[in-house]
Amino acid sequence: MTSIAKPKIVHRGLRRNALGLTIRDYEGGMSTLCAGCGHDSVTAAIVQAFFELDIPPHRVAKMSGIGCSSKTPAYFLGASHGFNAVHGRMPSIATGAGAANRDLYLLGISGDGDSLSIGLGQFAHAVRRNLDMLYVIENNGVYGLTKGQFSASADVGSKAKRGEENRQPPIDPVQMAMALGGTFVARSFSGDKDQLVPLIKAGIRHRGFALLDVLSPCVTFNDHEASTKSYAYTREFRHRVVNADFIPPREEIKAAYDEGEVMPIELHDGSRVLLRKISKDYNPHNRGAAIDYIRSHHRAGEIVTGLLYMDEGDPDMHGLNNTSRTPLNELPFEALCPGADALASLQRRFR
Amino acid sequence: MSQSAQDRVNDFVIKLANVNGTGSASANSLLMKTIFRMGIPVNGKNFFPSNIQGLPTWYEIRVTRDGYLARSGRVDVMVAMNAQTYAQDLADVSPGGTLIYDSTWPRHQLLARSDITILGVPLARMCNERFSNARTRVLMKNMAYVGALAALLGLDRAVIEQLVEETFARKPAALDANREAIELGFAYAQEHFDCPLPTRVEPLDKTSGHIMIDGNTATALGCVYAGATVGAWYPITPSTSVMDAFKSYCERYRTDPETGERRFCIIQAEDELAAIGMVLGASWNGARAFTPTSGPGLSLMNEFLGFAYFAELPAVVVDVQRVGPSTGMPTRTQQSDMLSAAYASHGDTRHVLLLPANPGECFEFAVAAFDLAERLQTPVILLSDLDIGMNDWMCKELSWDPAYRPDRGKVLGADELVDAANFHRYLDKDGDGIPYRTLPGVHPKGAYFVRGSGHNKYGAYTEDSDEYREVVDRLLVKWRTAATLVPKPEIRRHPKSAGWGIVAAGSCDWAVLEALDRLADSGIHLDYCRIRAFPFGKEVEEFLEQHERVFVVEQNRDAQLKALLTLETEYPKQRMHSVLHYGGLPIDCSSIVSAVERAEAQGEAA
Repeated sequence: MTSIAKPKIVHRGLRRNALGLTIRDYEGGMSTLCAGCGHDSVTAAIVQAFFELDIPPHRVAKMSGIGCSSKTPAYFLGASHGFNAVHGRMPSIATGAGAANRDLYLLGISGDGDSLSIGLGQFAHAVRRNLDMLYVIENNGVYGLTKGQFSASADVGSKAKRGEENRQPPIDPVQMAMALGGTFVARSFSGDKDQLVPLIKAGIRHRGFALLDVLSPCVTFNDHEASTKSYAYTREFRHRVVNADFIPPREEIKAAYDEGEVMPIELHDGSRVLLRKISKDYNPHNRGAAIDYIRSHHRAGEIVTGLLYMDEGDPDMHGLNNTSRTPLNELPFEALCPGADALASLQRRFR
Repeated sequence: MSQSAQDRVNDFVIKLANVNGTGSASANSLLMKTIFRMGIPVNGKNFFPSNIQGLPTWYEIRVTRDGYLARSGRVDVMVAMNAQTYAQDLADVSPGGTLIYDSTWPRHQLLARSDITILGVPLARMCNERFSNARTRVLMKNMAYVGALAALLGLDRAVIEQLVEETFARKPAALDANREAIELGFAYAQEHFDCPLPTRVEPLDKTSGHIMIDGNTATALGCVYAGATVGAWYPITPSTSVMDAFKSYCERYRTDPETGERRFCIIQAEDELAAIGMVLGASWNGARAFTPTSGPGLSLMNEFLGFAYFAELPAVVVDVQRVGPSTGMPTRTQQSDMLSAAYASHGDTRHVLLLPANPGECFEFAVAAFDLAERLQTPVILLSDLDIGMNDWMCKELSWDPAYRPDRGKVLGADELVDAANFHRYLDKDGDGIPYRTLPGVHPKGAYFVRGSGHNKYGAYTEDSDEYREVVDRLLVKWRTAATLVPKPEIRRHPKSAGWGIVAAGSCDWAVLEALDRLADSGIHLDYCRIRAFPFGKEVEEFLEQHERVFVVEQNRDAQLKALLTLETEYPKQRMHSVLHYGGLPIDCSSIVSAVERAEAQGEAA
């Protein structure tokens, strides 16, 4: 993954967060993606979200696979530990990282090729394990780095730049994650930062697997007229059904909402997510109905966005395993090795 | 050449032919344990099908007063419990041997040999008359033949009684049934045959300080004792019992009695690609992590193993080898992953291999594997095999040095980072080719990007030839360091050696040791070098150089160890003579003895 170092200039007037850091401290190297790439907007949203969450950058593990989207961790959180895994296998790296250190913030960046083709198995099993991480798919329907082949998320009837039509049905990570028992499933658009930033914040604070599928157009290979993943198409046909506001712990809920329309959900760290229905007929707590809604709207050519499903009650991987509260990588050797006497006595049954 | 009956005291092989899924395993293990507790060295080899119920399975118990723990290849006492394999079992009995069968049904074809003794015991009839439950009848037939063998072989009944009590302490009903069944067989044999047979046991005192343990259990214990906290795996024969044992020991020793919190995390992965990924993710974060697998799993792990080599991440892989290629014969043994493990993954990669020869070394090397993986920041593959992993071996009681502390290698902590001007991941500051690493979350200055793409010594992405070469050349320096840290070969020199040597690794060991003694009896004296790790190190190179001819003994078709020696040492290939055993059953000494004798005869003729 290529990147160009970015000169760091900090204006004195720049706002500082609770850690005394500016937003510049959450940036990374200069992007080498194509000008206008949707991924760069997602990068900007991540920078803003982590800055506003007051998370120390070095407490974040940013991980990715292979592809244009997987290059982006070089462009944000320059002071975080990064892991650029092999193609489609980032979820297993994240699983091991989370197993070893449950206190680390895990942020995975992937693409539609990385997650829905070569890495479909690992993606599905990370959802199923309810691994505590935020998993962002920067979804553009094409393989950018190898120059424009269809990916598994391309819609039927969508055309490639040279006119070839996709005839295979798409794999929708949102419907898949819901069907697999995902506890936080969201979709957004790279061009909608207002929606994106709170979703990133809520996703990173959610205890369990948070999927954020972001439609992120590829300006070079999939932004033409017959594409269903272009800027123009996404702007026209996206349909916000649920608005999600993220309220940090101890902060007052300032905005006024009509009762019955807003559903506050408390997260494990005391922060809250306020779900506000925009479509009256959408229910973000009913898995089956949500899947039906998303599917029928997709058939009609519409892209349903928002925090589409959330359940804060399910245990994550460590909850299921009842893993020690102290991260495994911090346990002293004495707490792990049973010692010489135990070895002598356990061998009685081998005599 | 047949031996006299006297010679067979404490030196014979019992083979038990059963149907799998009928509960014969506990009877056979009781038999072996009884002999072991009588102080007589013994080993057990299980030849089982890749199946759950209904197919033939054999168990061989070698009673060996001289302590030879390899398979012998002969059969002195056959217990033929499987009608499906009678013909083969009959043919397998060595001349002068004994065949015991269930005479509930007439078996005229069993009378087809006059050079062996055939004894019928109506096991099914006796059990059917005594027990009412159908499953009990099936299970107790096995205990009944243990009783008959107790009489025929002169087993100590007090030892049997003790073992039965220990086994069924919590199941009084089963305890009584087992006792009764043993008594049925014992009484029948006493009444109808001349007991004991000339082939029999007599108490010795050669097993004190020893245990009977399988390699996979020992490996798992090594992982527990080394402080491994993350185990990721995908079930595959014959490695599954490594994780089974790891889990049970962790549950016992690493569960908080009050909160139930577990100081370990075992993840059953979706496949081996994910299993090794989880190990790397955990190792990257400073946990000791491992994955047990076998050949097909190792094939799937290739891409990530190359990643770990290049990005320099510790990982411990336990490969319990089975018969390949492809699915091969999952329940048979081979040493056929040697080359694919050594060079796993595309590009220029080389991996550290540890080659245990017995469960004792499985324990010891499992601990060493974590130390080496962290010290060298690279994958270490513990190459065991099905014979070591799944069979019970007599070995010295495992011991633990309380002073042991894990070698975590060159990891910079927060204290070191806070004072450092900067941190660069891949600098060779000490000249040993091993750079310094940091763990995520520890300190902002420690942050870096782990990547499988080209990187320079500072850890930054590169496509520059010189920067790339600097990194991969430094990895060779590290490889040479590895050669000085891995376990040294075990070398046995014979004072009368005439310049010929044997080189072998892993589970060939006992067959070689027995062959050396047999050859010495006929005046051929060889030196022996048992390789215990790859890279080979200078001791192996020296051994080769000191010998005019070397027999390389291994359990695969393609002479993989010889190939590795050819590639990785200066010793001429023409002076290496392969002895290959690869049918899937553990090697016995005869193929080695005959290969050396043949070569000796040719040498004399020349």
